[in-house]
Amino acid sequence: MRHIISLLMENEAGALSRVAGLFSARGYNIESLNVAPTEDPTLSRMTIVTSGSDEVIEQINKQLNKLVDVVTVMDLTDGDHIERELMLVKVHAVGDAREELKRIADIFRGRIIDVSDKSYTIELTGAGSKLDSFLLAIDHSLILETVRSGASGIGRGERILKL
Amino acid sequence: MELTGAEITIRCLQEEGVEYIFGYPGGAVLFIYDELFKQDKVKHVLVRHEQAAVHAADGYARSTDKVGVALVTSGPGVTNAVTGIATAYLDSIPMVVISGQVPTSFIGEDAFQEVDAVGITRPCVKHNFLVKDAKDIASTLKKAFYLAKSGRPGPVLVDIPKDVSNQKAEFSYPATVNIRSYNPQVKGDIGQIKHAAQMLLEAKRPMVYAGGGVILSDAAKQLTELVRLLGAPCTNTLMGLGGFPASDKQFVGMLGMHGTYEANMGMQNCDVLLAVGARFDDRVIGNVGHFNSVPRKIIHIDIDPASISKRVKVDVSIVGDVSNVLTDMLAVLNSSKQKPEEAALKNWWKQIAEWRGANSLSYKNSSELIKPQYVIETLHKITQGDAFVVSDVGQHQMWAAQYYKFNQPRRWINSGGLGTMGFGLPAAMGVQLAHPGATVACVTGEGSIQMNIQELSTCKQYNVPIKIIALNNRYLGMVRQWQEFFHGNRYSHSYMDALPDFVKLAEAYGHVGILVEKPSDVEGALKEAFARKDDLVFLDFRTDSTENVYPMVPGGKGLSEVILAEDL
Repeated sequence: MRHIISLLMENEAGALSRVAGLFSARGYNIESLNVAPTEDPTLSRMTIVTSGSDEVIEQINKQLNKLVDVVTVMDLTDGDHIERELMLVKVHAVGDAREELKRIADIFRGRIIDVSDKSYTIELTGAGSKLDSFLLAIDHSLILETVRSGASGIGRGERILKL
Repeated sequence: MELTGAEITIRCLQEEGVEYIFGYPGGAVLFIYDELFKQDKVKHVLVRHEQAAVHAADGYARSTDKVGVALVTSGPGVTNAVTGIATAYLDSIPMVVISGQVPTSFIGEDAFQEVDAVGITRPCVKHNFLVKDAKDIASTLKKAFYLAKSGRPGPVLVDIPKDVSNQKAEFSYPATVNIRSYNPQVKGDIGQIKHAAQMLLEAKRPMVYAGGGVILSDAAKQLTELVRLLGAPCTNTLMGLGGFPASDKQFVGMLGMHGTYEANMGMQNCDVLLAVGARFDDRVIGNVGHFNSVPRKIIHIDIDPASISKRVKVDVSIVGDVSNVLTDMLAVLNSSKQKPEEAALKNWWKQIAEWRGANSLSYKNSSELIKPQYVIETLHKITQGDAFVVSDVGQHQMWAAQYYKFNQPRRWINSGGLGTMGFGLPAAMGVQLAHPGATVACVTGEGSIQMNIQELSTCKQYNVPIKIIALNNRYLGMVRQWQEFFHGNRYSHSYMDALPDFVKLAEAYGHVGILVEKPSDVEGALKEAFARKDDLVFLDFRTDSTENVYPMVPGGKGLSEVILAEDL
């Protein structure tokens, strides 16, 4: 099953490679991983999307907790949470396609953030499945470049991951 | 007062009460060696290869309850040390390895003797550090010692660039250490402990399975008391030998791939299993599916939550330091009015006696060929079961584990998890230095000993009078055994041709060598060797080259699918 795991870790050189190394050394899947500092500059927050049996997910959580640089771990999938991903898509936009792409972007509440005479760059946020749907909705041959951030997640309401 | 990074490093070691440091100098650690030279509190032992430095620190740590310390230079110094570090990691041995690094301005430039020490060791350390400023050395070393020893112990590497060891900074050794992201749970949950105690009291066929965690946590006393109180059979893993007295009637021997029939059958057929500081690894429980195919309740005590329910699902998990948890469990049991079920236990022991009747460790002695088992049994007799026995890896290791009956913890020193050939001699050196007057035997084979034989030179330099018991069968015996069983007797590269004359070799290093070729000479030779208290004696026993280790649960098989000697 797919799980989205969020963690706080020391914002130190090498901390990311400890997490990445753990996943590769123990053969766990990583669907996506992102990391950036938090409002507390000594801490980074990482979101990992992974999949595995309940036993594997339990081990992933335990092994992450065991890393000395990892301060706290939360499996967001265990409760209510919100998940968002950012995607930037550069599309070939000339002729009829120019109007069509704009219309589809609007339907998906995407924004065109860069325009050239041959292309649009569309910004889109949402759950991963929404971004997938957008890519299916447009003519595949028009896609020049896709950049996805991987999922970020946060608990709903009082579910807070903080020190 | 301002000190250089190198001075700070040595001062930290002194503050930690480090007695011995095992190492090998090189360019990147010259400042640190210079400071070592100027003091005499921390004694440095110059090994002949960095792998040996780490194994020696490891043996020192295993035989005491202290942190082992090694010092190596950058580049090849570090890469040579990696096998030793991984060995300590797999067996959870507390250790601090200090490595030199190229100057900070050279890092990343593929400088002379540069490797990414932190990167290379990352998967085989508990934690590691690169110190970029001399002012951080003291706090980093404090953390390193704390991490190495606390929680589930393990090796910690501290990489110090050359310029940092020459940079000046204010020195004060922190009295305490606080790592916000690291808070090992040492006290077990009392509710879980009570629940477990109740299950054990109600068990019809209880079994205690105790591993290296008992040794590391110094919990042998509590374990022994608990096993006696429960009236249950107790088995030890390879790492746990000595955690429960082997001479006790409730001891059913080691379990696992080369465990006794009664230990393995007990594991398979018990109704409540208490696992203490052990991790159900593949060499211990064999095939997981087979192990899980029979119903039993499992209680698991371990300091590392990640060790619980990793390979085997358990019913009651108790995270905590084994020693604390067992103390609490004893208090619960002692205050309970309920006692273990006598009638059920009687039946259980009747069943165990039947399995014991298989006499799975029996072997046929010979008057022609020296049987390795006989050498170990005689070693036990001559040393009155009171030696530190340090082994290498292979058949001799299994025979030593099976036939030297360990009654005390920290007497059996071996590389269990990683299975590192070459561990024995340097580790024995560390053990002997930690216990100067003690009897230390290094049980090895002609294969393993050659992997770190250069340490005979170190033993000479520091007068380390260990006794090397080489079971020389001219084969890489364990490989040969598997080839005989599973590869149609095709002995692919497991034969050792052109072996050195070990007696002459020992003599060349300034030691005593004795060749033993006849069974009737075994006892005399051992007596002679151990009588030479101040000498390192290398005993070259020419043993039966075709002897196999029994019983054997082949890889991938279940614990009851065992090959006994008589089956063949």
